[in-house]
Amino acid sequence: MFKHTLLASALVATLASGPATADAISGDKIKIGVLTDMAAVYADLSGTGSVIAAEMAVQDFGGTVLGKPIEVVSADHQNKADIAVSKAREWIDAEGVDMITDLVTSSVALAVQEVGREKNRVTMATGAASSQLTGKSCSPRGFHWAYDTFSLANGTGTAVVKNGGDSWFFITADYAFGHALEGDVSDIVKANGGTVVGAVRHPFPSSDFASFLLQAQASGAKIVGLANAGSDTINAIKQAAEFGIVEGGQNLAGLLMFVTDIHSLGLKAAKGLYMTTGWYWDLNDETRAWAARFEQKAGKKPTMIQVGTYSAVLSYLKAIEKAGTDEAGAVAETLRSMPVNDVFAKGGMVYANGRMAHDMYLAQVKTPAQSSGAWDYLNIVHTIPARQAFQDPAKSGCAVIN
Amino acid sequence: MTTIFDLPVSYFGLQFLIGLQNGAFYALLSLGLAVIFGMLNVINFAHGAQYMMGAFLAWLLLDIAGISYWWALLLVPLIMGLLGVVIERAFLRWLYDLDHLYGLLLTFGLVLIIEGLFVSVFGSSGLPYEKPQALAGAQRIPLAMITGNERDMMMIPLYRLWIVAVSIVCCFGTWYAIERTRLGSYLRAATENPALVRSFGINVSVLITLTYGFGVALAGFAGVLAAGVQALTPHMGSNLIIVVFAVVVIGGMGSILGSIITSFGLGIVEALARIAYPEASGVVVFAIMIVVLLMRPAGLFGREN
Repeated sequence: MFKHTLLASALVATLASGPATADAISGDKIKIGVLTDMAAVYADLSGTGSVIAAEMAVQDFGGTVLGKPIEVVSADHQNKADIAVSKAREWIDAEGVDMITDLVTSSVALAVQEVGREKNRVTMATGAASSQLTGKSCSPRGFHWAYDTFSLANGTGTAVVKNGGDSWFFITADYAFGHALEGDVSDIVKANGGTVVGAVRHPFPSSDFASFLLQAQASGAKIVGLANAGSDTINAIKQAAEFGIVEGGQNLAGLLMFVTDIHSLGLKAAKGLYMTTGWYWDLNDETRAWAARFEQKAGKKPTMIQVGTYSAVLSYLKAIEKAGTDEAGAVAETLRSMPVNDVFAKGGMVYANGRMAHDMYLAQVKTPAQSSGAWDYLNIVHTIPARQAFQDPAKSGCAVIN
Repeated sequence: MTTIFDLPVSYFGLQFLIGLQNGAFYALLSLGLAVIFGMLNVINFAHGAQYMMGAFLAWLLLDIAGISYWWALLLVPLIMGLLGVVIERAFLRWLYDLDHLYGLLLTFGLVLIIEGLFVSVFGSSGLPYEKPQALAGAQRIPLAMITGNERDMMMIPLYRLWIVAVSIVCCFGTWYAIERTRLGSYLRAATENPALVRSFGINVSVLITLTYGFGVALAGFAGVLAAGVQALTPHMGSNLIIVVFAVVVIGGMGSILGSIITSFGLGIVEALARIAYPEASGVVVFAIMIVVLLMRPAGLFGREN
């Protein structure tokens, strides 16, 4: 009898400590893949910084989950969807990678999310913008973390129209991301009673915006919306000053801007611009401390993508711990049920379509006189509560939840 | 105010001038490419990276040493020219007897190395360069003599006018030096028949080295000019150089006057495309290249061999 009890309790103990058994974690290790742009246009705002952020998350989590080690691997996708897809397949099939994150560039994120769906792996896009990721292309294993085109449009678009900027002309990068951003902002402008007087689509990338700026000037619109990113936005803003766009009574709205873009433009050229961001290093003591740690390793302040990658990795590890397994279906289910509370987001909610909704910030770029030096670039104008900032999942067109 | 399609005539004047200014960059770069190809038979793929290095050098001179734009216009081409001499002596001279492809592959490899280094040192999002105060304003140009209406005026940024003017001077100077001077005649002769020129006691190998140095110096010079218009990124050259290659092919490989005229012409054609159908402005040069290659395989100004 005693023997049986002992056996039973041993069995129970084994089962109860199930999460620690070998079966719970595939390959006896958790591998997180940071698939990003290491050398081209988006390398500064994601790239190595995202890898550093992911490693910081692993370190803060304690280096192990359910008693198993955690490893971060990284690769350069060169902003090309085909390269990204073959790397993702190799990672999953041959190297046992459990989760893929960063995925800057919308076309890359959309393609890799499909690989995740097919191979039953969690993908957490932090770098890509297109709201299609949790819209008509949504996946039960796909998550979208830091920001998206809807929240950018909502933040900057609404604020600018309410401040009197009710007629818009768009200078749009002629590819999927630019079209999505222009479309989302146009909807917001019209919903708030404004009008869109025209748009010009420029080849991506472009270095000379003179001709497009003249067209914007001739349109007479109050607001020139820049539906592009990175060096395109920087060049457009820089050259707008030459043609006296702002002196002529028109205002620029950069629809996707990162703190690294402001750093590159300089405050003299960027002052007064409105931008929407998911995070800023100078929000409170916690963000300042995190940014200082990051800066020590990376040599610059983090962007919302990099800190978003930290948050995504940390949440993923917490979900594995809570679910007691690294099986993608169970982890994805747990992620959807957990609030996100870390240095990136407070009270963040993961919607059923995979969108992590959190507070966004409408910010205005400081003038050189207001700034105390390098990286002191933004005044937070107001906080956009999570539920307003992101699209209602019921309206997103995501088939997973309908 | 005189209008065309409900737009003031000054709008079209400005677009035309911007076309000329883009053409000026094509001219400076394609000139260097044409000279190098003409003399060395090397397709210098590193030309874009050398243009980018010129822009970054101007930034470094200003940021670290406080050396102004005007000095950079002089110093950067000198430094880049020296670098060109080193590249020619160290690498390119070994390839002259081989197929064109080897020169192209070598210079392409240089591009990858240089751009990679610049991304890791300076980052990819770009650096701002302050253009000099003297060129910061805008110039008012009356159009009354064309339209007959006193109210027709256009405001053009001074810096863009400066680019057009400097570029025309450089192009003319280069053309004159090669086509109308004794040194130029040696160069041309050395291209046609190096053995014969050598027999006259002229050091052909030095001529070739200096030619490459000069081509690279031109690219560096164009880079300094570009620093005043756009953000400096490690990739600024590779985005431009593809179009410049098309310009050289349209003008005719190795033809100096051809490159200059084609550059300004295509700048204007591109400007027209940006007004009429902006989506096509990135491909219009290549469409023209296809047509020209079908009609005149040696290019508009090239000689058939």
